[in-house]
Order: sequence, then C-alpha cells, then structure tokens
Amino acid sequence: MAEFTLPKNSKIQAGKHFPAKGAKNVRTFKVYRWTPDDGQNPRTDTYEVDLDTCGPMVLDALLKIKNEIDSTLSLRRSCREGICGSCAMNIAGTNTLACTKAIEDCGSGTVNIYPLPHMPVVKDLVPDLTHFYAQFASIKPWMRTQSPAPADKERLQSPEDRKKLDGLYECILCACCSTSCPSYWWNGDRYLGPAILLQAYRWIVDSRDEDTGNRLDDLEDPFKLYRCHTIMNCARTCPKGLNPAKAIAEIKKLIVERRSA
Amino acid sequence: MSRDLRNPLARARGLGSAKEGVSHWMLQRVTGLGLVFLTVWFVVTVLGLMHSDYATARATLAKPWNAVLLAALLITTFRHAVLGLQVVIEDYVHTRWLEVASLVLIKFIAVLAALAGVLAVLRVALGS
Repeated sequence: MAEFTLPKNSKIQAGKHFPAKGAKNVRTFKVYRWTPDDGQNPRTDTYEVDLDTCGPMVLDALLKIKNEIDSTLSLRRSCREGICGSCAMNIAGTNTLACTKAIEDCGSGTVNIYPLPHMPVVKDLVPDLTHFYAQFASIKPWMRTQSPAPADKERLQSPEDRKKLDGLYECILCACCSTSCPSYWWNGDRYLGPAILLQAYRWIVDSRDEDTGNRLDDLEDPFKLYRCHTIMNCARTCPKGLNPAKAIAEIKKLIVERRSA
Repeated sequence: MSRDLRNPLARARGLGSAKEGVSHWMLQRVTGLGLVFLTVWFVVTVLGLMHSDYATARATLAKPWNAVLLAALLITTFRHAVLGLQVVIEDYVHTRWLEVASLVLIKFIAVLAALAGVLAVLRVALGS
C-alpha cells in the first residue's frame, strides 16, 4: 500500500535554536536538517535572521544562515535568478524557487523550509533527483527526424508553430511541479510526472519533430501518462507560471485524436 | 542498504509502455456522460413516483422504455464504478498480488451485481 505515515527513522524532531542577538527586524526560519552521517532522525533547526542586513529573497536568508550562522546547512543554488532551477524547495508550504520567492511573500510568522516533498534526501535541503532526470532522459528530449537536415540552412518553423512552444520551452526542470503531485508521490517510480510530460509535449508539438507517433506510443501507458488525475497542484506551484496539467491534457487529446472514438 | 547497480535510465524505462490506457480513459468519460443523462432520468422518474403506491411504481418500471433505461443505468453504473475503482487501486495498492487480486475481484463483483440488477428489472418488466 501507499505509505501515509512516516517510518520511525523519518519522524522529524525538534532541533537547535539560533537567536539573532541585537537585531531589530527579525524573521524566523525553521529549516529541515538531516545528514546521512550521524544516524540521527531529521530535525528542524530554527534560525533568527536580521532582515536589515539580509537580501529580500528566501535564498538570501538561507545563504546568510550558511555564511554567518550555521555553515553546516546544505542546499543547492546557482543562478539566483530563477533560470537554473537548483534552489527548488518547499517554502512556507509551497514548492518554489528560493531565489525568486520574496521573504515578505511568505505570510506572517515563522517561514518553514523543507526539501522537495517525497524525494529521497541526500542532505538537508538537497533531494536526490536521479530518477527524475532519468525519466527526463527516457522521453528522448531532443529533435527526432527521419529526413536529413537541410544542407545549407536550419530546419525552418513558422512563427505560428513557434508560438506553440510558448509556455513549454520556459520549463527549467526544477521539479517543483512533479514533487507537488500526489500521483507522483505514490507512483513516481512509473508515472512520469508533470515536468517530464510537459517536456514530452514540448517535443510532440514541435513542428520540426518527425517522431510524434512514437512519442505518443511511448507515453500511452496507464502509469506513465494516465496517473494524471488533473489534481492541478503542478500548475498552482510552478514558479515559472507554466501549466503542466494543460500539456498533459493535450497529450491525452492527441492520443484520442489518432484513434476512432 | 544495498545499492541498485542498474543505470537509472534502465529503471526509469522499466518494462516500457503498455501502449494502452486510452480505451480506459475514453470509456470512463463516455460512461460518465451516459450516467449524467441516465441519472437525471432516474431521479425525475423516482420523484414522479413519490406519492404513488407499489402497484403504480411497478407498472411504471414495467413500461418498456423505463425498463430499458433502468437496465442501462445499472450496467453503466457498474462499468463506470469498475473503471473508477481500478484507478484507485492502481494508485494506492502497491503490493502486486493484492493489486491484481483486487482488480479481478471488483470486476467479478460488478458483473454479478449488474446481472442481478438487470434480472430484477427483467422480472418487473416481464411480470414474473
């Protein structure tokens, strides 16, 4: 059965408290901590951050914590402008990018920060995305053609056809949507999840791609595709404002379109 | 903890695509659409019988169109229920033998229930 309760070694315990001495404008961050090295259960450490000496984004606060308060905190980050997808995590109850989430948009009170839900944790806020990336590779996310490339020019695409890629090409594979999807939580081993299906659709609608039939064949599967029950968490959580649920619905429509009703 | 030495891609590709699922998806929607009309008809018919006695109710059901529609309602309901329950079981039951056993069991139960329902309608309609 699907597991709805945490196993004993995953129960989260109370952690340390790091007060901000002498600060006037304080915000409290409660951060999930777990390390594979000490055999301990996960815990949540509480950090008080002086906002007067901190940048506006949650990532600024996390880096301030790491630089000035507790250097043992692990997290991924790179571009700090919402284009690399490294700092995806669960902030104040929603999967999003720490670098584009303003601290003042985190509601009132303590800001809870956890790694992306239902993924194996490598350490602290770093989830293991190996399977997620392997699923991405499994859809062969590149242009597949039968006709040879034109000798003296690129494969052309009309502006209208190019427009069909808007809302798809912006996906940065941060995994916020897939890890917010209950279907992906329960069946992530086989269900491809919203991010990968949106990427698959990005190649299905590309007018230059010539392998649409095989792409649809590969997706038509009770688990790979049809675990999507239009829960819509994906569209709600996407930090880039994309709609993976719509892309999945379009794939389902195309699979219907090529058969008799 | 033993590590899986397979390439992650091998695990992600698994047994490949079943190349089915669209029939289930389509049938779930078609039966759902059918049930919208059949349920409205059923509720209206039952409301119309609210203050009548047993004989009137029986006579109403025995009318050919009503009997046909009621049989259709029963069959569609159980077909739709099996499709829906199948999704729930596939979502949540991850012990393979239990999953297969429950999938087969709900189909048996639904067929028997639908047959019993249709038999009841026939007995009313044909008056035996």
